[in-house]
Amino acid sequence: MQIPYTVEERPDTGLYNAKLGVWLFLASEVMLFGALFSTYVLLRTGADAWPEGSSILNVPLATLNTMVLIASSVTMVMSWASLKLDNFPKYKLYMGLTWLLAFVFLIVKYFEYSAKFSHHLYPSTNNFLAIYFVLTGLHMLHVIGGMVVNGYLWGPGAKMWKTDPERFTNRIEIAGLYWHFVDLVWIFLFPVLYLL
Amino acid sequence: MGGHTADDIKKSVRTYMVVFAALAALTVLTVAASYLDLATGPTIALALLIATVKGSLVAMFFMHLIDERRAVYWILGLTVVFFIVLMLLPLGTVSDTTGVG
Repeated sequence: MQIPYTVEERPDTGLYNAKLGVWLFLASEVMLFGALFSTYVLLRTGADAWPEGSSILNVPLATLNTMVLIASSVTMVMSWASLKLDNFPKYKLYMGLTWLLAFVFLIVKYFEYSAKFSHHLYPSTNNFLAIYFVLTGLHMLHVIGGMVVNGYLWGPGAKMWKTDPERFTNRIEIAGLYWHFVDLVWIFLFPVLYLL
Repeated sequence: MGGHTADDIKKSVRTYMVVFAALAALTVLTVAASYLDLATGPTIALALLIATVKGSLVAMFFMHLIDERRAVYWILGLTVVFFIVLMLLPLGTVSDTTGVG
């Protein structure tokens, strides 16, 4: 028995199942990161003293990472557009680029974190570093999760293009929605932690 | 978001490139703005304004929210309401020490 509305849209919502599901999931993710942003606001407004982000954190590296993630969002949406244009090789190229850019993001984060640790700056050092590591650490876990999904869709998961191309294209679309959300969170994290 | 023709997708690709350029420029602007010697309030407001513009571009064009179904708008609308409550409610508990509210 076929599960309905994996490709054709439901008449009441106008959405296929996975798209509705992903948007609901992203709504929950807004609450997750929102709670941590709220924590940041409370910690900062309640503190006697709060360091300027740029005095402790590496702004040029983070700016580079912002550009890397934005570029990965472009390559992600291009991978979907390639499938819509029936161009599977281009899809592989763009999805591969998305994965590589995410990997670059992780490498930069590795250098950032290890620089902090080598200067004995840990989450336990003060509240600023605590919220910095929690927010960026949770975001980094989301990047890794996205890489697992995107890696699967680039590799073994891409077999579905031959058997059910429309459903596969939809999978790329919703993976893209998640990935753009990860980018969106960083777009807010970067100025809040590094520049304010 | 109904069926896309090849021409629709090709037009979208051009849009994605324009949005990418805009996001890159706004990222530079974000960093440049942090060097302005503004008071705390305006600094925060400016940083969040630029971030909101960038976020809106990603949401509208990369996530295709600009022509999405009403069900998605309802989900997001409710999320915004709950998010605002999430941000404001804890502040209400310390409003006497922060000078807010």
